[in-house]
Amino acid sequence: MSKAAEIDIVSVSKVYGSTTAVHSISLKIPSGSYCCFLGPSGCGKTSTLRMIAGHESISSGDVRLGNIVVTDLPPAKRGTAMMFQSYALFPHLDLIDNVAFSLKMKGVEKEERRAKALEMLKLMQMEPYATRRPAQLSGGQQQRVALARALITDPEALLLDEPLSALDPFLKIRMRAELKKLQKSLGITFVHVTHSQEEAMALADIIVIMNDGRIEQAAHPREVFERPATAFVARFMGDHNVLTGRVVESGDGKVTLEVPEGQTFTVAGPDQEPGAPIDIGVRTDRVRLAAASDKTLGFNGVVSNVEYRGASVKITVIGAGSDDFTVIATDADYFEKPVSVGDAVSLSWGLEDAVLLGRIAA
Amino acid sequence: MTPAMTDDETQGMAYPKPPITARIGKVASRIASYLQAVPLALILGFFFLLPILMIAVVSFWDYDFAGLYPDFLTMNYTDTLGSWVTWKTYLNTLKYTALVWGLTLLIGFWVAYFLAFHIRTTTMQMVLFLVCTVPFLTSNIIRMISWIPVLGRNGLVNTTLIEMGIIPSPIEWLLYSDFAVVLAMVHLNTLFMVTPIFNTLMRIDRSLIEAARDAGANGWQILWNVIIPLAKPGIAIGSIFVVTLVMADFSTVQVMSGGQSASVALMMKNQMSLLQYPAAAANAVVLLIVVLLMVAAILRVVDIRKEL
Repeated sequence: MSKAAEIDIVSVSKVYGSTTAVHSISLKIPSGSYCCFLGPSGCGKTSTLRMIAGHESISSGDVRLGNIVVTDLPPAKRGTAMMFQSYALFPHLDLIDNVAFSLKMKGVEKEERRAKALEMLKLMQMEPYATRRPAQLSGGQQQRVALARALITDPEALLLDEPLSALDPFLKIRMRAELKKLQKSLGITFVHVTHSQEEAMALADIIVIMNDGRIEQAAHPREVFERPATAFVARFMGDHNVLTGRVVESGDGKVTLEVPEGQTFTVAGPDQEPGAPIDIGVRTDRVRLAAASDKTLGFNGVVSNVEYRGASVKITVIGAGSDDFTVIATDADYFEKPVSVGDAVSLSWGLEDAVLLGRIAA
Repeated sequence: MTPAMTDDETQGMAYPKPPITARIGKVASRIASYLQAVPLALILGFFFLLPILMIAVVSFWDYDFAGLYPDFLTMNYTDTLGSWVTWKTYLNTLKYTALVWGLTLLIGFWVAYFLAFHIRTTTMQMVLFLVCTVPFLTSNIIRMISWIPVLGRNGLVNTTLIEMGIIPSPIEWLLYSDFAVVLAMVHLNTLFMVTPIFNTLMRIDRSLIEAARDAGANGWQILWNVIIPLAKPGIAIGSIFVVTLVMADFSTVQVMSGGQSASVALMMKNQMSLLQYPAAAANAVVLLIVVLLMVAAILRVVDIRKEL
């Protein structure tokens, strides 16, 4: 139905007065991919999306869509369409007129635009409600109408600003699947802003994790999960424990570090200068409640919290300079040898379960 | 419907019948709510319903130069509606209403739009809004009379224009004319238009405007297709204020037209000064019906319920 476009963001910055919301970020979003901008609130992800959409001026840098530099073009001339957080449906218009709005602005005849809008509503399975007002619809239905309104302009890229945040948890998961299906069938580029790790992991071909106006990592979800680039990514995704220390020695593709409490740990990685600050991440689901054979791949700590989660149990341990070292144990493992708050435990992991985390230049 | 609501409903249905003491409590609380409504009902009854009833009753009475005689005559109505003076006066009043409504709507929407969309800080919005209310710090009459030295034959405007050599002799129609009446009425009533429109404009979700821009709408298209339709309830409320105030006005017409123009209320005032109370009452009933019809027409076009 539509042609997808690659989105190329070239050292784009956004400055509001004296505060910089986005620090000269560069990113290529391949055409036809589903890209999720992920980060805590205030990290600049929404500003970036709005700059791609043209609703926010770009302080410096350029945005290219396909072969066209769209930096100074108005939103409607960019070939993008935006879906707003609260859907921003026009409350005074029925669904057909809502969807037909952009055609009306272009001066398309009434009969023609209403027919086209009805077709779009049919695609979203909202045809039976065509003459209703947005206020008479549920959240999920409003989202479908907002999608129909955005897609009727036949965009090359659809920009979604926290599209699922207004929905209840069950609907969220259902609409998430619909979004993914829609993106696959249309084949256009989707850029989706979210603060939910789960949502990004479920949807994205590329996850772009932002913090404080900078991109921490932009990669496939699997890479983000298995090899988080920085301590921020590791902490934010929540699947790794971060241990911070200084390099003691390195060589042979291994680095040894010492945390302030005195324990030493080994991680696979290139040579590092001794004394340099360093972070490592340890997969929470790979830590075992057992004494380590190699004492640089484990430590002894005290259990501070136990959370039962059904198929798994989350155990929080204090030790090795971390007061929330998390262990995700399977329920079988846990109930075979249960621990409770206050118990001293030995933890261990394999060399392949720890990753060396990078630091980005500020 | 949220799960929480359904929970509440099922719980409510599962409750057994309340014991007798609880039922007495329920009756007592119902009486209490009537008691709470009594003061307002009394005030409205004595100061609103009773006077209107009195006027309606008196409008059927007989009168001569010396007194009023309780009766049931339709003479006052046939006299009023049968006189071409009444029709001419109504026409004149409606002309003022239409002109003033159009001008206050134009100016009021403009001011409200500027305040709501072009002033960025809330503090500045409040300050400028208060500036709009400054004329209301003095009385209606004073505000009206202060136009006289401005518009008079040797007033500010005329002397300035003559001194600048733009006109050879004073413009006569500035004061004591329809122009002066409409000008003063617009001055007096524009704020009643600004306030409700400003209120509705402030409630428009700003993302709607972005969504319109995203759909390719330009500034005028956004104004026409999004902002004005959404401001309709405010426009309707402002229109009700202005229309009712202008329809009932007599002092502005009297002062600013110098007694050369008439309005319905002015006609009533004259009847009252001639002690023709039943005639004035009949006139008042007719005016009340006309104004209520106009308000009903406005409410018919625009649904203001969600604004209240």
